Amino acid sequence: MKRAVSPMSSEAFHGSRQGGGGDGALTAAATHAVHLSSVSLATTVGVGFREIWAHKFRSLLTMLGIILGVSSLVAMSALVKGMEKGAKEALVAVGGLEKIRVEPQDLPTDQRHLKDQAVGITMNDVRALERTATLVTRISPEMRVPATLSANGKRFRPFVCVGVWPVALEMTEHVLAHGRMFNELDDEMARSVCVIGTATRDELWGSPEEVGREIIPIGETLYINGVPFTIIGMFQHYESESDRKRRELAAREAALQAAAGVQPTGPVRDRGRGGRRGNFIFWLKNATVFMPLNTAYMKFRSGVSLTGFGPGSGGGGLVSGATGDPRLSNLELRIQGVEVLPEALQQVRNVLMSTHRGIEDFTFRTQEDWADNINTFIRNARLSGGLIAGISLLVGGIGIMNIMLASISERVREIGIRKSIGAATGDIFVQILVESVVIAVLGGLTGLVASFGLVRLIASFSPTDNAPIVTALSLGVAFAFSVGVGVLAGLLPAVKAARLDPIQALRYE
Amino acid sequence: MALVELRNVSKIYHLGDEEIRALDDVSIDIEAGAFMSIIGPSGSGKSTLMHILGCLDSPTCGTIRLDGTMIQDATPRQLAAIRNQKIGFVFQFFNLLPKLNVLQNVELPMIYSGVSGKERRQKAMAALELVDLANRCRHRPSQLSGGQQQRAAIARALVNNPRIIFADEPTGNLDSHTGEAILQLFRKLNGEGRTIVLVTHDPEIAAVTPRRIEIRDGKVAEKVDLTLAGLDRSPQPGSAP
Repeated sequence: MKRAVSPMSSEAFHGSRQGGGGDGALTAAATHAVHLSSVSLATTVGVGFREIWAHKFRSLLTMLGIILGVSSLVAMSALVKGMEKGAKEALVAVGGLEKIRVEPQDLPTDQRHLKDQAVGITMNDVRALERTATLVTRISPEMRVPATLSANGKRFRPFVCVGVWPVALEMTEHVLAHGRMFNELDDEMARSVCVIGTATRDELWGSPEEVGREIIPIGETLYINGVPFTIIGMFQHYESESDRKRRELAAREAALQAAAGVQPTGPVRDRGRGGRRGNFIFWLKNATVFMPLNTAYMKFRSGVSLTGFGPGSGGGGLVSGATGDPRLSNLELRIQGVEVLPEALQQVRNVLMSTHRGIEDFTFRTQEDWADNINTFIRNARLSGGLIAGISLLVGGIGIMNIMLASISERVREIGIRKSIGAATGDIFVQILVESVVIAVLGGLTGLVASFGLVRLIASFSPTDNAPIVTALSLGVAFAFSVGVGVLAGLLPAVKAARLDPIQALRYE
Repeated sequence: MALVELRNVSKIYHLGDEEIRALDDVSIDIEAGAFMSIIGPSGSGKSTLMHILGCLDSPTCGTIRLDGTMIQDATPRQLAAIRNQKIGFVFQFFNLLPKLNVLQNVELPMIYSGVSGKERRQKAMAALELVDLANRCRHRPSQLSGGQQQRAAIARALVNNPRIIFADEPTGNLDSHTGEAILQLFRKLNGEGRTIVLVTHDPEIAAVTPRRIEIRDGKVAEKVDLTLAGLDRSPQPGSAP
């Protein structure tokens, strides 16, 4: 902006009011020329607020789209985050990523004719792996027994009843809370001892919540398929973090009631939520029974009839019969580290292919598959949820644009007046844009507040036990999106308003 | 040097193949401190002339010098700044913003020149006092009479202390008594040294100004300058029709 501004003529009029006159201010305005608008942002935002306040109801309806978009974005992200956390917890509970499970599998089609020569997974494999698979640090053979437990006059089918080596305790991330794990000697002697999880205790003797105290059935006799076993140990109770918190809260409340002198009249009753056993993964882990591998083989696989043992009888020393089935149900391997997983898999495969004479009747299952599945699931959930929330934000943005367009066509005359008294194109542009952004920001902030309510609401409907987790990042992203939507929605109306011809705008009725 | 110098200004519109010369080779000087009227029937081009003089529109050809600045090739932003700083507009329909009170309306031009809030209030009150409307500063335009609204509009036109004020049919929407009061206000402001240009179709209103320019078919049909002839009637307050 370059022009020769003449000094004010001597007959200049303005009396006592102003000394500097327009020229000084004009040059000041000229220095502002680099900015889009010479009006201070605070003033523009103030005008925006006033405009929104003048149309309270309309503005509220407009904001509603943004409010819903932002809160659904936050709620969706909180929900997925909660699921992710639950899944990761469960993954750690079953033993982490360094675990490989070797399972029997049907032969591939081109080997079907060799079916009768397939040996299955046996102790032979275990010994071969111990000798040659250097990347495998631990091997835990498992022999599953389909079992019905009975004791205390009740029956229970556990998720898994399995004969294992003592090493299985650490392989499967079990922790003993009471008693002891059976040792190599118990295994060698095929003693009738077992270690149970809390689910078995809960089903046969009653859970602490039901009876009001914790029963530790160490030394009790447990009949597995009618065969008597002595319980020598019990695992700790596994549960997800949210379950633990819920349980502790209930316990604290009960203690508080007791302290207040309210006498509980009998055992605490299940309040209709009995069907829920907490997170399923954790329930499965609790419903585990371990016995020595040899015991499982001797008692249940060696061709001896599974029933017909009287209480108290039966011990080691049974010779495996000719019809005995020496096959293991699976092997659990632990490798040196996640980073050597592909190499370790290849190594184990080579060893097993040799012991199985080239017949591929086994397969590997790694937690990595599971972890991948979790990640894929989380990614999909995030993507679809984000898409839906994004669409609702977009709809909110379209709502804003619609209202801003309606608003400027109502205000054509106002824009003409503002231009005639010196508003530059940029001033009008910024004013309309700021109005749109103010609506979006107000909607965004309200949406953030509303999201907490929405998260709580969803949590009460949610089929999973994973409490939604609202993260600061999701709040930030949702808010940033709402501002972005406000800017985008305001652009077109702002350009339209700024381009209005002042003369025509002034004539507009 | 005159405050405004219009030289050979034309404004040409094209309606299909037809060429419409809204202004045809107009040259006008407006001296600082002048009180003049631009008169002409509707469609004569006087509004176009005022829009060009007021930097709302740019000419097709010709040059305009306003207060030493050549404005025919100024950018829109520069034109906005000139409108803001050097020109005040008074309209037939007042053109106050209905959602703002009188004080806020008067402050509006200073918002676009970046004057601080406190100074804005001070100057706006001073301008309102000049038009004798300070006691109504918190009223909405809709709560004022037509004459009061026009005075508020004049205060708004004055508030940035412009070099020239254009009044487009300022009395057109007022009864004759109120209209006369507004004209007197203009006369008083001119007496204080302000340059005022009335745009009207009404010869009676134009008669109050010592200088008159008549526009017909886009051309200057007649220039009357009573000050040169020493015939300035300078009507006494209340004597004009």
